[in-house]
Amino acid sequence: MSLETEIKFTLNGRPVAVRVPATMKTLTMLREVLGLTGTKYACGEGECGACTVKVDGKTLNSCLMHAVDCDGRELVTIEGLKTPEGMNPMQQAFVDHGAVQCGFCMPGMIMQADYLVGENPRLTREEAQRGLEGNLCRCTGYTKVLDAVASVAEKKCCGRL
Amino acid sequence: MEQKVTAASIEKKSLIGQRVKKPDAPDKATGKTRYINDMVLPQMLIGKVLFAGRPHAKIVSMDISAAERLPGVYAVLTGKDAAGLKFGFVRDNVPLKEKVLCEHDEVAAVAAETEEIALNALSLIKVEYEDLPGVFSPEVGREASAPQLRDNFPDNKSLRFEFKHGDLAAAEAASDFIADDVFRPHHVTHCCMGTSCAIADFDNNGKLTIWTQTQYPYNYKMDLAPALGITPGDIRVMQPPVGGAFGSKLDVYPYEPIAALLARKTGRPVKVIYSREDEFRASPTRQAAIIHMRTGCKRDGTLTFRTADVLLDNGAYTSWGPTIPVIMMRTTSGHYRVPVVDFKAQAIYTNNPYAGSFRGYGNVQTTYATAQQMDILADKLDMDPLAFHLKNAQKSGEITPQKSFLRECVLAECLETAAQATDYSRKRAAYAAERDKPGRYKKGIGLASSIHNAGGAKIHKSDGIGTILKVDDYARVTVITGASEIGQGIDAVINLIVSEELGVPLEHVTIVNNDSDIAPWDVGVHASRTTFIAGNGTRQAARKAKAQILKAAEKMLGEPADTLELRGGSVVRDRCGTPLIKLDRLLRQMHFQAVPELVMVTDYYEPNSEPEGADHISDHSAAYSHAVHIAEITVDTLTGEIKVDKITSAQDVGRVINRMGLEAQTEGGIAIGLGYALSENMQLEQGILRNPSFRDYKLVTAPEMPELEMHFIESNCAEGPYGAKGVSELPTIVIAPAIANALFNATGVRIFNPPLSPEKVARAIYEKQQSGK
Ligand code: FES
Ligand code: FES
Repeated sequence: MSLETEIKFTLNGRPVAVRVPATMKTLTMLREVLGLTGTKYACGEGECGACTVKVDGKTLNSCLMHAVDCDGRELVTIEGLKTPEGMNPMQQAFVDHGAVQCGFCMPGMIMQADYLVGENPRLTREEAQRGLEGNLCRCTGYTKVLDAVASVAEKKCCGRL
Repeated sequence: MEQKVTAASIEKKSLIGQRVKKPDAPDKATGKTRYINDMVLPQMLIGKVLFAGRPHAKIVSMDISAAERLPGVYAVLTGKDAAGLKFGFVRDNVPLKEKVLCEHDEVAAVAAETEEIALNALSLIKVEYEDLPGVFSPEVGREASAPQLRDNFPDNKSLRFEFKHGDLAAAEAASDFIADDVFRPHHVTHCCMGTSCAIADFDNNGKLTIWTQTQYPYNYKMDLAPALGITPGDIRVMQPPVGGAFGSKLDVYPYEPIAALLARKTGRPVKVIYSREDEFRASPTRQAAIIHMRTGCKRDGTLTFRTADVLLDNGAYTSWGPTIPVIMMRTTSGHYRVPVVDFKAQAIYTNNPYAGSFRGYGNVQTTYATAQQMDILADKLDMDPLAFHLKNAQKSGEITPQKSFLRECVLAECLETAAQATDYSRKRAAYAAERDKPGRYKKGIGLASSIHNAGGAKIHKSDGIGTILKVDDYARVTVITGASEIGQGIDAVINLIVSEELGVPLEHVTIVNNDSDIAPWDVGVHASRTTFIAGNGTRQAARKAKAQILKAAEKMLGEPADTLELRGGSVVRDRCGTPLIKLDRLLRQMHFQAVPELVMVTDYYEPNSEPEGADHISDHSAAYSHAVHIAEITVDTLTGEIKVDKITSAQDVGRVINRMGLEAQTEGGIAIGLGYALSENMQLEQGILRNPSFRDYKLVTAPEMPELEMHFIESNCAEGPYGAKGVSELPTIVIAPAIANALFNATGVRIFNPPLSPEKVARAIYEKQQSGK
């Protein structure tokens, strides 16, 4: 057993304190220690984006980040996008545009898409394509994903969101 | 029966062809869905597998004592524990091996409290191997001098298939032109985003419950049972949500019986889950093949014959991969009007990973050859390929040499639609004229088409499905069906059909299709069959329920049943839409009357098709369809890089059911086809996979996705539900040859061994320039 460290951080707006081994990755902590299985493992080496979460407002691959490095930070996972009022606009757009098939890549894809539009409400389709390059999907061919992102960007841009 | 009519009339609104959302999408988009990969059961142990990591070897000794002694380890199993538990298509596989025949052979397995302990235990297992010379290509494997990999398979010959039709010698003599080429489709793999996983648990009556990703739950029992020495009846198959399948879950793979053997040994549930590297190494592949194809035609463009001599790399074990000739021969004999056919396929055991089924099932490989030879012949004829295709395109009512009856055939319409939409003929001529002029970037346009079964494929005695449908006191409908949801969207189709037939909202339909103890039999999700077969089954069941409801309504309302309809949650007069009674109210009245009546119907749908048969002469699918793809590309002649600018597809879909699902399946199918065509490639060296990661095995990413223009041609299939045909494999099948033909149009080079990677394309262009042609 490797040495355990206590860390404190904000997860989806709530404070958490957990003890984690030094070698543990954030993805494993989320899934196995904190029971948030929305974030997915699909490669474990930063190549697929299925494990994408937001840390201090920026997306990254949680399979690469050590859990201890979450200390003092602010994490948002796919579970944290939904509000009591319902799905976040990006989640809703993915559902409405038929962008979800098996759905396994979708938590990461939606986190990244939401981040891109948050950063740049005037996001073009080409920018969205480039911004989603690190998120692999085997089912959809990305077309409906991009339709969904474009629809949110358009609404954001004309102030409807 | 008095009934006050107050509401306004309810208009007839059909959902067929509309855009219906997948019912599973909200939970998937919010991270709530519990995939099998996420599941944890009380008392559960983690199973891990030790792979041999060498392609061909004797196991001289194995010492598991240190692993067994490790605290937290509950079981260590080796080949000895699985001796005689033969399973697989020809019973040539066992869950754990006593001899190594391929890199990913499972030689030991561990169940432990945590993954960390299980992995530590694996590292404590000491195995001594004696490496043996291997066979790494079917061409070598069939030679008498090659190592014999199995006792009872001389020359390493595994399955063989043949089909002959007509007088070949005469057809050859009558041919003015013959294309004669060898194509070498390569190894690729499914890359499901959710890695392989199974959870097994035995109860104390000896009954196994297995949570699996299978896409064929009923025959799965039959295939899994011998791997455990139990009867299929003692297996309950649970199907939680999965992260993709694409054909890869159409067989039993060793990790599944391994999970069950570990569960039996420990008396606890055991979960085996693969890492991405395990997944690359140890999950099935698309069949690699060597296809020697010849196609002949007359000077006027009439096709005279087609032959295919196919050598398949069986890999170490026989799964579904080596059975793909069943479909390869249908394409060879049925892709355009080919009067004379000679098809042979031989699978050869090698020490490579073994193939399973993969979306497109053999047709991806065959169409890569047939569709390029159409282009090659058109070139020899100096004819526009479009005209050549049209000349040989079948029409409705034609029957292929294997007796595929093309009842509704709109191939010509598909060709014309795609060609017109792209201005194909003009562009092709213009690009060809540019080909040998200076300039680094060259544009090309390529056309390819194919035929595929679109109404199931009767490779078993039955190709049917069972459905149980009930409507409760609140007019909520439950459909209990054998049709599996693997992400493809059958749940949305079932909701749509129930809503269409019974006039209830989509959200009032619940589907139960994840438990083999509850849902009735189905062959499985394969052969583009589920919308066709389950669609028909659901519709038949819903219509039975509707007949029962309207009969009761007739009795209660005193209006003839055939003048009534179900719409908007009410019974209405069909003609004017006047609502007469709310459906839930009627159902409660049916329930609580003197002689109570519940609405619960059963149905078995069997498509109108014939079993494949040993001679392969039968109308094995209830429908066939065609797709045409036109690829427009830009080639960087310096780097060999192909940029696909646009794909235009025209596909016979019979009738659009759920437009959103249909588009999604088409787009996704095209993406898999693009990866196959351009970048995906399992780099095998002496049976060892050199690129087991997404870094080195390149899937299509978002920026590489070209513009797509999809045309759905509606042929209205008489047997299909509302006229629909199966759709989801053709988009994957036609892409690679369309791009290969576009590459020829742009540069004059042809690549016979996909993928069309930059290195290969650049080299071919360079060689062409050097040879001065
Ligand atoms: S699991 Fe983290 S990038 Fe793939
Ligand atoms: S929806 Fe299945 S991997 Fe993206």
